[in-house]
Amino acid sequence: MTAQTRRLPDGGRIDRGRELTFTVDNVEYAGHPGDTVASALLANGRMEVGSSIYLGRPRGIVAAGAEEPNALLQVGGECSEPMVPATVRALVDGLGARTLSGLGHLDPASDPEQYDKRFVHTDVLVIGAGPAGLAAATAAATGGARVILLDEQAELGGSLLASGEERVDGRPALEWVADVTARLEAFHAVTLLARTTAFGSYDDNYVLAVERRTDHLDEPLTHLSRQRLWHIRAGQVVIATGAHERPLVFAGNDRPGVMLADAVRTYLNRYAVSVGDRVVVATTNDSAYHLVGDLLAAGVDVPVVLDARPVLSERAAETAVSHGVPVRPRAVVVATHGDPRVSAVEISEIDDGGQLVGGRDTVDCDTLAVSGGWSPVVHLHSQRQGKLTWNAGIAGFVPDGVVRNQLVVGSAAGEFDLDATLAAATDAGFEAAGRQGYPADVAASRGVGGWCGPVRPVWLVPGLDGEPGEWREHFVDQQRDQTVADVWRATGTGMRNVEHVKRYTSIGTGQDQGRTSGVVATGVIAAALAGSGAAPDIGEIGVASYRAPYTPVPFATIAGRERGDLFDPTRTTPVHGWHVDHGAEFEVVGQWLRPWYYPQQGESMDDAVRRECRAARTGVAMMDVTTLGKIEVRGRDAGEFLNRIYTNAFKKLAVGSARYGVMCRPDGMMFDDGVNLRLSEDRYFLTTSTGGAAGVLDWLEEWSQTEWPDLDVVFTSVTEQWTTVAVVGPRSREVVSRVAPDLDVSGEAFPFMAFRETTLASGLPARVCRISFSGELAFEINASGWYGRALWEDVYAAGHDLGITPYGTETMHVLRAEKGYPIAGQDTDGTVTPQDLGMGWVVSKTKDFVGKRSYSRADTARGDRKHLVGVLPVDGSTRLPEGTQLVAPGSPSAPTDGPVPMLGHVTSSYQSEALGRPFGLALVKSGRERFGEVLLAPIGDRLVEVEVTSPVLYDPEGTKRDG
Amino acid sequence: MADLTTLRRSPLTHLADRMAAASVSVTVSLSEVPFLGMVSLRVEPSTPAATRVADVLGAPLPTGCGETTGDDDRRALWLGPDEWLVVTTGDPVVLTRELDAALGEDPGLALDVSANRTVVELAGPRARTVLEKGCPVDLHRRSFVPGRAVATTLARVPVLLWQTGHDAYRLLPRSSFADYVARWLLDAMREFNG
Repeated sequence: MTAQTRRLPDGGRIDRGRELTFTVDNVEYAGHPGDTVASALLANGRMEVGSSIYLGRPRGIVAAGAEEPNALLQVGGECSEPMVPATVRALVDGLGARTLSGLGHLDPASDPEQYDKRFVHTDVLVIGAGPAGLAAATAAATGGARVILLDEQAELGGSLLASGEERVDGRPALEWVADVTARLEAFHAVTLLARTTAFGSYDDNYVLAVERRTDHLDEPLTHLSRQRLWHIRAGQVVIATGAHERPLVFAGNDRPGVMLADAVRTYLNRYAVSVGDRVVVATTNDSAYHLVGDLLAAGVDVPVVLDARPVLSERAAETAVSHGVPVRPRAVVVATHGDPRVSAVEISEIDDGGQLVGGRDTVDCDTLAVSGGWSPVVHLHSQRQGKLTWNAGIAGFVPDGVVRNQLVVGSAAGEFDLDATLAAATDAGFEAAGRQGYPADVAASRGVGGWCGPVRPVWLVPGLDGEPGEWREHFVDQQRDQTVADVWRATGTGMRNVEHVKRYTSIGTGQDQGRTSGVVATGVIAAALAGSGAAPDIGEIGVASYRAPYTPVPFATIAGRERGDLFDPTRTTPVHGWHVDHGAEFEVVGQWLRPWYYPQQGESMDDAVRRECRAARTGVAMMDVTTLGKIEVRGRDAGEFLNRIYTNAFKKLAVGSARYGVMCRPDGMMFDDGVNLRLSEDRYFLTTSTGGAAGVLDWLEEWSQTEWPDLDVVFTSVTEQWTTVAVVGPRSREVVSRVAPDLDVSGEAFPFMAFRETTLASGLPARVCRISFSGELAFEINASGWYGRALWEDVYAAGHDLGITPYGTETMHVLRAEKGYPIAGQDTDGTVTPQDLGMGWVVSKTKDFVGKRSYSRADTARGDRKHLVGVLPVDGSTRLPEGTQLVAPGSPSAPTDGPVPMLGHVTSSYQSEALGRPFGLALVKSGRERFGEVLLAPIGDRLVEVEVTSPVLYDPEGTKRDG
Repeated sequence: MADLTTLRRSPLTHLADRMAAASVSVTVSLSEVPFLGMVSLRVEPSTPAATRVADVLGAPLPTGCGETTGDDDRRALWLGPDEWLVVTTGDPVVLTRELDAALGEDPGLALDVSANRTVVELAGPRARTVLEKGCPVDLHRRSFVPGRAVATTLARVPVLLWQTGHDAYRLLPRSSFADYVARWLLDAMREFNG
C-alpha cells in the first residue's frame, strides 16, 4: 500500500482518526473519511488517471468537483457503476475502482440496490449551499417559510469548504458555515439535503434532484434506498449554484499536473493535500491569488505567478509585495514539458492583441495551477429558457433577467465578492419568502474574500509555430479530446453557430457536458471567426443549450421502485386468487391481469384452449368478465344522450332489455362498443371494452359538459362495483337455473338480450343478463364485488357435475372470432367504420349521432375500403401470424419490382376447435367482394394461399344462440 | 334472508397478515378498513335537491376541492363541482335509497358503489413520509390537515386520499388496484420497519 505522502500534517475536513483502504487499478491506497476518491489518490501522490479517449494521451486530475473531465471511474460492486467522477465520489473503506479512458461500460448485472422517490412542496427552494445559498436560506427561513436547501457536496458550505483567509462577520468563514448550518437545522420548516444535485428545472418551479444516500457509508443500511429522486414543487427558487473555473488553452494544456487553480486550493485547504511541491500559477484574474497565499502558508514553493493582464491588479501587486513572489504581468504558459507529469513550463509575454512577444524562458515545476476565469453555473436558469448575456467584467455568461418566481444569487449571477454576495443573497431570501407570505428582515452577514477583479479573457494562447488549424495539442475539451485544430476545422467548413460546432466536433457532449470546455469553446470559436467579415463577438455566439440532467442520473434512479413486481400498476378482480389457485396463465389487458387460459397437468396452451373451446361449444364453460368497463347513466335525457353518442338508437330500448351499441369518433371511425341495459325510464347501464373504460367515461363527460350541457344526464363509473361471471354453452341454462332458482330461465320467459334482477340461491342480489359474445346460449351474472368470489365459486360448484370449464381470454377470442365479432383495438385501429366491419345494421339512418356526418364523405363511401373478412389458409394447417400482409396472386415481388401492393392484413388468427382448422379475421380492400378469392400471405420465405370468406365461420344461421 | 356477511370478502383479505406484520405503531402501520359503505352522489349544487340531500346527510355538501363534511356515519368527500362520495359506517343500501328519494325527479344520481373501492388506512408518525414517496400532493401539515380529502395518485394509481387524523390517512383505491397499492405501501414502509 502506498502512503499518504502528500497529506499535510494537519488541517482539512477529514477524519484522521480513521484510515480507509481502497484500490484503484488494482493498486492499494489509503485515505480518510471526508476524502473523495480523487483527494485520496492525490494524497497518495497519484495524479495520473486513465488516458484520453481517442488520442490515448496521459491525463491527470484537473478539478475537484462535478466539472472534472478526466478522472472517471468504473466503481466495482455487485453491479458496477460507470463514469463516476473520482472528484465527487466519497471515499469508503474497501472501495474498488478502475480508471476509465473516457468510456465506461454498463454492467449487464441487475442492480441490486433500491432507488426511491419523494414528492415534496416548499415555499422556497435554495439550490446550492455555498455562502449565497446559506445566506438566502437563512433569510427565507427567518419569517417561517418552508425552505429546502440542497447541495451536491457532502456537507454544506460550497466554495467556503476550500476557504482559507476568507472571513464572515469577523470570524473564519467556516465558523460562520457551522453556525448558520446549526441555525438552519433548528428551523422546523427547513429541510437540508446534502449530497443532493438538482439536475432538472421544469415549468412552474418543478425541480428534480437526486440524493445520494448510501454511497458514503462504509456499511450501507440495507433498508435505505441508495439514491432518492426528489420531485420538488417550489413557490420560489433561489439559484445559488456557484461558478466553475475555466482552464486555459495553450499547447500541452492537458498534461498531468496541469490543474484548475481553485481545485489545487480545494485539495490543499479542504482535504489537506498538497498536490505538488513547486506550483506555477497562471491566471487571468484575481481569484488565483487566494491560492498563492495558501500555498506559501503551507510551505509549497511558488516560483512564479503568471498574470495575463497587462497591468497588475491591486491584489496581484499586493501579493507580490507581501509574499515576495515574482508576479509577471502579460505572462502566459506557451508549452509544458514532462514525462508525463509536468516538470517544466515555458513562459512568454502576450501582447494586447493576443500575440506572443519577446523571448521565452522555462520554469521548473511539478504542478501548473491555471485560472482562465469563471463560468457562472447558469444551467438551471437556462433550462427554464432564462436568457443569458455576456458580462465583460467577469468574462462570463450571466443570467439576463430572471425566470418568473426565481432568483439567481452569488457567483451564479456573476457576483464573486463575498460581502456583496452575502448582502444580495440575504435580500433574495427575504424577497422569496416575502412573495410566499413570510416576510422578515435581519441584517446580512458581512464577508471578506471572493476576489475576482478585472479579468483578461485569454481564449487562445498561440502555439510556438504553425497555424491554429494545426494546433492539435491545444485542448478545448479534454474529455472528448477536441482541440483548437478541431474548432478551426469546424469553422473552416463555414459553421458559425455554437450548436453546429458542438455537434461537428463533439465538444461538450461528454459525461461532463462541457462544464469546463463550453465557454472556452465559445471563446475559441470567436477567435476563429475573428478577422472574417462581420465577425460575431463572444456574446453573440453564446453557449450551447444547457439541458437536463445537469449531471448524469442512473436510469435505476428514474425508475425508482417501479421495477419487478411493482413495475406497472396491475388490476385484479375479486376472483383473481381463485384463478391463481387454479393454475391460470395471465395476460395483461389494459392494466388488468386476466386469465389467459387454464392449463391442466401436462397441457400445452393449444391443448388448454381446445379443451376450453370444446366445453363452451358443447357443454358449459365460465369466464370472469369483471374487467369490462361499466358506467351507470341517469337523467331525463339519458336516452337522448345515448342516441347521440351511439351509432344506433337507445332512446326507445325497453326497460329490462339490452342492446349492443357502437360508438365512433366524429370521423366516423369506431372506437368502442359494448352491451347496454335499460334499467328504468331514466337509467341505463353501459359496458365498455376492458381497456376502454376510462376513455369512454371521459368521452361521455366531454360531450355532456362541452356540447350538450342542456341535457339532464350524469354518469358514474361502477366497473369494480360489479363482479360479472359469464356462463356459456348449451348447458349454461341448467347451471344458471341452479344458481338462480327464482328465475325462469326458459327461452320464452327470458329471451336473448333481456336481463332480470333476482336473488340467487345463496341469498345474493344479482342481475342476470342473456347476452352472448360466443354465439352460444350464454348468461352473465352480476353481483356486488364484495361477493364476487362467492358468486364465482357458486357457479363453479353448480356446474361441477356438468363439467363446467373456466376459460380465459384466448378461448374467448377464438369463440368470438369464429362468429366474426370484432374487438375494438384489435380488429380496428381508428381507421375502420362500422360499415367496414359489415355492421351497417348498427348505424342508424334516421337519428343524428357523433360520426354520422362523416358517412357522407367520399372517403367513407369508397368501394375499395378495407372490409373485415374471414381468411382460411388453403392448406388447412398454417396459423397465420397476426399482422401478416395479404397480397394478390401474381403480384410482382422481385426486389426490382419495388413495393408489393398490399391488399390488407390479418387482424386476428387462431386455431378453431369447432372448425378443426386455423382461421383468421382480416381487413382486406373490397373484402366483401372477394369472398372465395385466394390471396397470398407472405410468411417468412413462404407464400401461403388464403381464401377470403365471410367473417362468420361458425353457426352462420345463429341456431346456437338459444341453446 | 341469508346472512350475506359470511359470503363477502374484501379486496385485501389476502394481504392482511403481511400488513399486520409490517406495521410498527411507533413508525407506520397499514391495514384495510373493509366493507365501508360508499355512495356515489351526483347532484346540481345549490338546488332544492342539493338541500334535500344535505338533510339526508345531516350536513351541507362540501363545496370546494379537498373539503369533506359530515361525521363518521355519513361523510361526504368532494370529488367535483357536482360529484361527491359519501362514506358511511351504516348500510349503504339504505343510504342510497334515502338519497335517491331526496333527488326525486331532479337531475343527479345516487348509487351504491361500496364495492367499487376499498379503504386502506396508513397511520403513524412516518405515514406522511411513506405517502410522499409516491403521492404528488402537498401533504405538509400547513397544507393538508385532518378532514381534507383529494383525488390524486399514489404510485401512478388513482386514489382518493383522505386525512382522518394527525398522523392517519385513508386511501381509497379502486378495488382492482387495491392489491398493487397495498404491495406498494408495504414496500415503501420497509425503511421504517426494518
